[in-house]
Amino acid sequence: MENEKKLEQFQGKIDANIKIEPKDWMPEKYRQTLIRQISQHAHSEIIGMQPEGNWLTRAPSLRAKKILMAKIQDEAGHGLYLYCAAETLGVKREQFLEWLHEGKAKYSSVFNYPTLTWADMGAVGWLVDGAAIVNQVSLQGTSYGPYARAMVKICMEESFHQRQGFEIMVELAKGTKEQKQMAQDALNRWWWPSIMMFGPHDSESAHSNQSLKWKIKRASNDELRQSYIDKTIEQGHHLGLTFPDPNLKFNETTKHYDYSPIDWDEFWNVVKGNGAGNKLRLKHHIKAHEDGKWVREAAKSYSKKMNLSKKIA
Amino acid sequence: MKNELIDYCLRLGDSSLILSHRIAEYCSKAPILEEDLAITNVGLDLLGQAENFLTYAAELKGDTTADLLTFKRREGDFRCLHLVQTPNTDFAFILARQFLMDCYHQILFSKLISSEDETILGISKKAIKEVNYHLDRSNDWIKRLGLGTTESNERLQNAVNDLWMYTDELFIDNSTDIAMNKNKIAPLSSNLKSDWLEMVESALKFSEIKIPQEIRYSLRYGKDGFHTEYLGFILAEMQHLPLLYPDATW
Repeated sequence: MENEKKLEQFQGKIDANIKIEPKDWMPEKYRQTLIRQISQHAHSEIIGMQPEGNWLTRAPSLRAKKILMAKIQDEAGHGLYLYCAAETLGVKREQFLEWLHEGKAKYSSVFNYPTLTWADMGAVGWLVDGAAIVNQVSLQGTSYGPYARAMVKICMEESFHQRQGFEIMVELAKGTKEQKQMAQDALNRWWWPSIMMFGPHDSESAHSNQSLKWKIKRASNDELRQSYIDKTIEQGHHLGLTFPDPNLKFNETTKHYDYSPIDWDEFWNVVKGNGAGNKLRLKHHIKAHEDGKWVREAAKSYSKKMNLSKKIA
Repeated sequence: MKNELIDYCLRLGDSSLILSHRIAEYCSKAPILEEDLAITNVGLDLLGQAENFLTYAAELKGDTTADLLTFKRREGDFRCLHLVQTPNTDFAFILARQFLMDCYHQILFSKLISSEDETILGISKKAIKEVNYHLDRSNDWIKRLGLGTTESNERLQNAVNDLWMYTDELFIDNSTDIAMNKNKIAPLSSNLKSDWLEMVESALKFSEIKIPQEIRYSLRYGKDGFHTEYLGFILAEMQHLPLLYPDATW
């Protein structure tokens, strides 16, 4: 009975757009959904550093190198905000990392695709960050306070990343024949994975309805996907590149772009761990974590010794 | 004198560029996320310093740019110190290398802010603020590793032992140093040594790390265009795209 009353008050707050804060009562399922979603988001930022780090030592100009390095640093920062936001739900960062390493926690599947040419740095920024922004802008209005506030900060930086990625594409598209081919090839490879980032169709999405009711999600997967496609097509035309979908055309009735059916077999195959990079990305993260164990132990031991000597003094 | 000034700018620019490259290699491999952020920040500052010095060198040379100097120059024309070329063996090496360079940069830039060359003075004024922060960070880590656990102390000691031979070069004067000093553009490298040693020794001793013996190694130096075996691989990776697509701009 008491729980029902609390639940009613909780839903009342959500309906009145009052943010839920860490110390407020919340249903266990709300807490668990947020733990899953925010930590997945944090892991995505951290794992996402790898496909871009892959080109950091090969960036072809000093400016490009600086921008890419700053971008990867931003991503580490986003990961940090998000781990902090997730920790307010009562789980420590070390535990989140353990779940990631055990394969219990996921990260965005798009980072399991390889970055094969410099143009991928353009396509990842333009398309992958472009898709992420659509989702994140919507999440600025999410009902959990710490998550919403982290999103506001993250969105500001992500929009830079998207523009910087687009700038690389512009440079390549107006460059030599080989550069233009490089840009087209990157668009061909990243277009579908970026569309898949929004997850399954609404009719197939396991968590969507409850998350929309609790305003954890503010728009459905398909709504967000459509909004991303509509705005990105125009940008692609500006580049003079073609999208790898013969059925992409503006529908005068719906005022949106129609597109071909998504290859969900590929999506689920990559989610299940069979993408080009799944093993690689996770191994890399686990190795860095294990290699760093002695450093973390040293820092902990030093800090203990310092606290002890302060007490004695 | 102009040639020596160019040579000096290349030394400073190339050293920061290559150290930044080593840091870039370490991206997403740090022991904790906070450290990934911090070390990338240092790498970014170094890249900015490199760009400033290389831009100045390009202006003085004429008919070239900082990008051309970075991506189209041959190994023997680079002037980076050997110390920055050493590989990322483990966190202790990365940190010890950084600490030794941070101390060197701190002492050097605190002198270069009174340079009679206005461009060098301007770059150094910006750089010294960044370097003070770099040194704070690496100095803190020297304490953590030196006084943390037996393992961390041993690893740091090994790193310092192995890297020590490369510090010799930092304080050797060549004809460029002599010309820079004569024109009041920069101090003699040999004049930086006692301050550097004092700074390094006091931090290492506090952290229970022994100072390696001073041995005169038979080395020809990076500042004279003679490099370690490592540099060729660094450049092969760094210059790969502009060399493969010579007509492209990026």
